[in-house]
Amino acid sequence: MLRYAGKRLLAAIPLLFVVPLLVFLLIGLAPGDPAVVLAGDNPTPERVAAIRDQLGLDDPVWERYLRWVGAALQGDLGTSLLSDQRVVDMLTRRMGTTMSLVLFAMVMAVVLGAAMAIVASLRPGGLVDRLVNWLASIAIAVPAFWFGLVLASLFAVSYQLLPAFGFEPLSAGFWPWLSHLILPGIALGLLPAAEVTLQLRSALGQVLRSDYVLNARAKGLSRRAVLFKHSLKNACIPVVTVLGFRVAEVLAGSVTIEIIYNMPGLGSLAVDSVLNRDIPVLLGFVLFSTSVVVVVNLLVDISYGYFNPKVRA
Amino acid sequence: MREQKTAGQPLLEVRDLAVEFPSASGGWTPVVQGVSFTLDQGESVALVGESGSGKTVTSLAVMGLTGVTGGRVAGGSVRFDGRELTALPEREWRRLRGPGMGMIFQQPTRSLNPAYTVGDQIAESVRRHLGLGRRAAWARAVEMLDLVQIPRAAERVHDYPHSFSGGMCQRVMIAMVMACNPRLLIADEPTTALDVTVQERILQLLRDLQEQTGVSLLFVSHDLAVVAELCQRVVVMYAGEVVEQGTAADVYFRPRHPYTAGLLASIPKPGLRAGRRLTAIPGSIPAPGSWPSGCRFHVRCPHRDPGRCDLRHPEIVPVGPSAQARCVRADEIELSGVTVG
Repeated sequence: MLRYAGKRLLAAIPLLFVVPLLVFLLIGLAPGDPAVVLAGDNPTPERVAAIRDQLGLDDPVWERYLRWVGAALQGDLGTSLLSDQRVVDMLTRRMGTTMSLVLFAMVMAVVLGAAMAIVASLRPGGLVDRLVNWLASIAIAVPAFWFGLVLASLFAVSYQLLPAFGFEPLSAGFWPWLSHLILPGIALGLLPAAEVTLQLRSALGQVLRSDYVLNARAKGLSRRAVLFKHSLKNACIPVVTVLGFRVAEVLAGSVTIEIIYNMPGLGSLAVDSVLNRDIPVLLGFVLFSTSVVVVVNLLVDISYGYFNPKVRA
Repeated sequence: MREQKTAGQPLLEVRDLAVEFPSASGGWTPVVQGVSFTLDQGESVALVGESGSGKTVTSLAVMGLTGVTGGRVAGGSVRFDGRELTALPEREWRRLRGPGMGMIFQQPTRSLNPAYTVGDQIAESVRRHLGLGRRAAWARAVEMLDLVQIPRAAERVHDYPHSFSGGMCQRVMIAMVMACNPRLLIADEPTTALDVTVQERILQLLRDLQEQTGVSLLFVSHDLAVVAELCQRVVVMYAGEVVEQGTAADVYFRPRHPYTAGLLASIPKPGLRAGRRLTAIPGSIPAPGSWPSGCRFHVRCPHRDPGRCDLRHPEIVPVGPSAQARCVRADEIELSGVTVG
């Protein structure tokens, strides 16, 4: 098992180098020049050229990439072009917000999605099953930013039950932390929750028609025992496999949600860095989110061994 | 409890069983109609017929699993040990499946849950039905694996189904069912998915177990050659109904229904000369919902009498002291059975 996990981890490492390379190449294609932004109002061409030279922007792409990799391997992600702050510091300061938000959304997706799928599977084709399917289909079609705005205007503005924006770290207390997460977390978790619902429901549907479920009934097990013991674990295999992708999706979605709820997270940092051509910050963000996806996929692979004994061999 | 049974009463009595499944048009299509047969304590009865004749549907109805597969029992009665099962509440059914009757299936590798060890799956039924604790149940699982001749049972009990071959999985299935000491074992084509050599060993195992435990056997098969090794009585099904039944000797040597004779003629015989074709029944079995009028077999029957066979649906009638057949011409035609020699 440990060897299996180690192998998966090794296989993931190249990804951490390839994704930043793609960012380098793509940024080179995009219009806009950080030197122009930095030079202030009405800069002389000489000043812009000087800044470009100072930042090493005129060097070839591969040289800049290798320089960045070399520094990154030593734990140095550079400093922001705009504020002279260290990128590592900027990321760590804002990481808590985004990770809290992503965690809330994923927990909601798994718990709500699993509950809905199980309730729907109790009576396949029944009223509840159709209702769940209908609700999940609608939820998939709802854009997160719109749903976020609706939630904010309802529960934060009209009823004033929950804060409409900002973020409190967990160190400020559990409720302040949670209360700032509920609305944005629900807005962000709705889509993955609906996806988990539909996927688990369809996987359960297949498993419930399988020979081993019929056999479990022939052994004298109740419908409930068959559902919880002999179906759920098997049906989780396809769901767990894609849960890793869902994390990437939620991480991407957190960008818009953080902006709507004015949360000081990585998403707003990333957007600012793109608008300002603040390449080191953008690269730092990309490296961070790639790492998160890699780690989550590794966890998924490991848990896959639990759900599916065949891959353990 | 076994001693309470009144003498002379069959262990299983199926009468006029009718099973329906939902049709594409929203109604219900009859799949099994008017099926009646009995099975005595300790007896082996075979349910034979081509695929689609309603054998599996009948055996699942006996297990009370028709609803699980999407169908419904539309009529008739199933009595087990004198007790009517068709209206039995689900709780009672759960107590009956396992210690009362158990079933093994055609696809042993697909009938075991891939996510749990075989020991877990055997111990699960034992704990539920015999009320054993965890350790005792696992000990019972090892004992059962040993009984069905799985080598190194104490180690293999911790393995997952994917590390067992088809034949070994069927042994595990048999171990699982027999662990609860059932009175009736329903085996639905238990050797069809297996290699011929493995097939023979599974049949031998079933025979041995029957001798040791006295379990009654309802053996479902399309293969009359396999049935001959195992069963005292044979029930032949065609298009959802019983067309002939009797002792194995009746059915094999003196078939009274042309369908049975056709099945017997299509058994490959030793010494068959190369180049000679195997006999086959022409045509194929009609699907439920498209059964022909009159005798359901008449379109494929070499002995059909137009004007008689295609008009009225024949009743099943006694054709001997222990035999019944559903053929209006049963007394007129000469059918050849299996010849010994």
